[in-house]
Amino acid sequence: MSNISKWVIVLLLATVPLWVTNQYQLHILIMMGIFTIGAMSLNLLLGYTGQLSLGHVAFFGIGAYTTSLVSLGFDLKLTEDYTFVFAPKPAWFGVICAIVVAGLCGWFVGKLSFRVRGAYFVIVTISFAEVIRLVALNWVDLTEGPMALNNIPSLAFTIPWADSAALSRRIANYYLVLAVAVISSIIIQRLVQSRIGRTMVALRENEALAKSVGVDVTRSLVLAAVVSAAIAGAAGALYAHYVRIVDPDVFLFIYTVTMVIMVIAGGKGTLAGPLVGGVIFGILPELMRGHMLPEVQWIAYGAIMILIVFFLPEGIVPAVQRWWAGFQRSRQSKMNPHSRANKASPREAAQ
Amino acid sequence: MDQLLQHLLNALILGSTYALLGIGLTFIFGIMRVVNFAHGEFYTFGAYMVYLFSVTLGVNFLLAIVIAIVLGILLGAVVEWLLLSKHRGADIDTTMLIMIGAWIIMQNAEQLLWSGVAKSIPMPFPEDPLTVGSVSVAWARLFVFVMATLLIIGAQMLIQRTRLGKAMRATFQDTATASLMGININMIYLATFALGSGLAAAAGALLGPIFIVIPTMGNLAVIKAFAIVILGGLGNMKGAALGGFVLALVEEFGAGYVSSGYRDAMGFLLIILVLMVKPTGLFARTERIG
Amino acid sequence: MNAHVTATQSDPILTVSNLAVHFGGLVAISDASFSVAKGEVVSLIGPNGAGKTTAFNVISGFLPATHGEVIYNGRRMGGLKPHEIADAGLVRTFQKTSVFGNNTVLDNLMIGLHRRGSGSVWETLLLSPRIRRQEEEFRDEALQLLEFVGLAHRSAELAGSLAYGEQRLLEVAVALAADPTLLLLDEPACGMNPTEAMAFRRLLAEIGKRDITVLLVEHNMRMVMGVSDRVVVLNHGRIIANGPPAEIQQNPQVIQAYLGHGPKHA
Repeated sequence: MSNISKWVIVLLLATVPLWVTNQYQLHILIMMGIFTIGAMSLNLLLGYTGQLSLGHVAFFGIGAYTTSLVSLGFDLKLTEDYTFVFAPKPAWFGVICAIVVAGLCGWFVGKLSFRVRGAYFVIVTISFAEVIRLVALNWVDLTEGPMALNNIPSLAFTIPWADSAALSRRIANYYLVLAVAVISSIIIQRLVQSRIGRTMVALRENEALAKSVGVDVTRSLVLAAVVSAAIAGAAGALYAHYVRIVDPDVFLFIYTVTMVIMVIAGGKGTLAGPLVGGVIFGILPELMRGHMLPEVQWIAYGAIMILIVFFLPEGIVPAVQRWWAGFQRSRQSKMNPHSRANKASPREAAQ
Repeated sequence: MDQLLQHLLNALILGSTYALLGIGLTFIFGIMRVVNFAHGEFYTFGAYMVYLFSVTLGVNFLLAIVIAIVLGILLGAVVEWLLLSKHRGADIDTTMLIMIGAWIIMQNAEQLLWSGVAKSIPMPFPEDPLTVGSVSVAWARLFVFVMATLLIIGAQMLIQRTRLGKAMRATFQDTATASLMGININMIYLATFALGSGLAAAAGALLGPIFIVIPTMGNLAVIKAFAIVILGGLGNMKGAALGGFVLALVEEFGAGYVSSGYRDAMGFLLIILVLMVKPTGLFARTERIG
Repeated sequence: MNAHVTATQSDPILTVSNLAVHFGGLVAISDASFSVAKGEVVSLIGPNGAGKTTAFNVISGFLPATHGEVIYNGRRMGGLKPHEIADAGLVRTFQKTSVFGNNTVLDNLMIGLHRRGSGSVWETLLLSPRIRRQEEEFRDEALQLLEFVGLAHRSAELAGSLAYGEQRLLEVAVALAADPTLLLLDEPACGMNPTEAMAFRRLLAEIGKRDITVLLVEHNMRMVMGVSDRVVVLNHGRIIANGPPAEIQQNPQVIQAYLGHGPKHA
């Protein structure tokens, strides 16, 4: 996709609040956007470096908790007579802290877990997420545990044309999510198309060969983990300031699964994949909601996931690209039967 | 001192079911190279089958447990045939994603059929615990320990002594050679998955009546099973048995002496620690089975 | 070429001394010492299982040595990771065809070139003019290298879709992109047809002209005898001969080693 058509899409998305004024629909778009950002960040690890991280929700949750604690303030009783008091800070500062803390956690997890690969890596990442969830659940002094952190300040600014405060808040959040999504996708695109990003793909394709031409495996993977975690942390921060309540359920494994489905269905290792997957799996549950029980909806999710692995293992975006390339080729050879068919490579088009 | 002894006893009993759970998972990984995320759902399935037969249908409790194990084996065979038989030789991520899908489907099916309300299964054992000196143990728990130990020994015998077990071990050593020797690899995989699932169902059938039965009980079970398997080394059955006891010990003492809230975190911390220090597992030099 | 060799023989770029590699009880290499001088083309030959690939794996840092050491340009290579060894200028290829299959041919070269570039993450994310320039230079360089090995017309295709012989050429091009001073080629002509093998010999000669030292493991004796300045013969983890090709062909021990394993290697 050319750069111009990308910006046209962004502009179109920017006009959405002008013609969608239904609060519920805006809410769905905002939640979809937040999870799409999460999926985009996961794609950096899962799609580009080829490491299946199933603990991704940990970074999302860490981002949500960090910004909530920073903007609400907290006090921690460290010893009997010393209590550390952290005064509330502005919400935007909380978001920055969320990105930094999530990124640091990504660095830490990356350093630790990239020593192992394959099934071991997957299990380490899950374990990390579970430990973090249990800490959030049990460290009641800090996190309020299952009582949740409430009344998290909103990040919203006033939208002049909105006729109610509630609508204004939704529209403001919509723009925030859109902005973070655009920035994140630019970061990811520049990274994967760079000299540094190519080393990540090289690891996925052939680790031994990558090493032999001088790629520092650990460095490359840790960098991917840091960027990925920081973006997931940003998504978590947006989530916290939007729903304004954070409890240990943000660490539920099912959220990681949702992001994984978005990436796999859309097409891992492509820039457009998580966006397409995010839109489909952001809207699908809402379409299903009125017609079926949540359990049935989840069963459908699981079935779709299996069907995709069976029939569209590469995901939607590469499949469509291949189909389109084939279509172009056949049209070209019809128009000019003597020229050699121009073999477009799907991978290059995707990147 | 008495408290220590009591903790040790509790850990031994819990560890026996953990071992059961871990052996099934490590068995499937060792032979098929499949990371079975639905393993916890077979555990849940076993518990619900006991509930269905002994509470809803009024079948004898012991018989209900046997039925649950048999049905677990059958369900495992069906899942293998339906979902995995078409993906022989696929990379580990592919089968892992399929099994995550199966996990979601199975768990929500349970939720749909039995609702999210916890069920309890009465056990036909005396209320008063067996007390020896200063330690006491409930009869129900003693029963679980005996059953689990018997099942572990049974599984071990099956692998060491029977023709099927021999074929499984050959497949584990070298799939290509085993296939050349006339072993039907598809049948071995089917049997492996069915047996592994049956062991998980057995663990659920035994633990379900002791705790409570809820659709989400498999979530922790699967992760604990991973912890056990990693402790013992992926694919190492003796390691998994030992890993089960180690995890139970760590949980029991962690909960007893540190904080009960972090009881379930012990397993994960253990996983992270083991993988950082000795990624091949505590008890294995290399991956092997038997 | 021989004149060149005698001039530099006293100045080895790579020295392998008293190398031993054991796998548990199995001895892959018992005691091997040899050196390669700057600008030389040296072939490491021997019957199957003689320890050639093991030697390559140790030199390139993929396997630890049990004993002995590898010195390159005066630096000890022991304990360095493969990428650090590549940074020292020692780049290898693999016995089994090894490319980045789902990347385009051009991208394969761009990955190989990565070592020549620089730039922090921030610079990359801000897409600074220097990074843009570097990308263009990489692209030009990659195309030149593809021209050099004769794959320029394939640059947009996926590496995995190339014919076998072409993939082997691509491997060499990727290794060259990493800017080696010593190139370790592990059976590069294996599976090539005679025409491809001839083309490959010409490529090797061109590589020699670029001032790149070559250590070659190869079964194709015609190629070995044709391109090598010197041949080192391994058998049962031990070096049994070391000398110019003509001398090696006459060496009774070498003939014995090969005949002992059947004539197909000779």
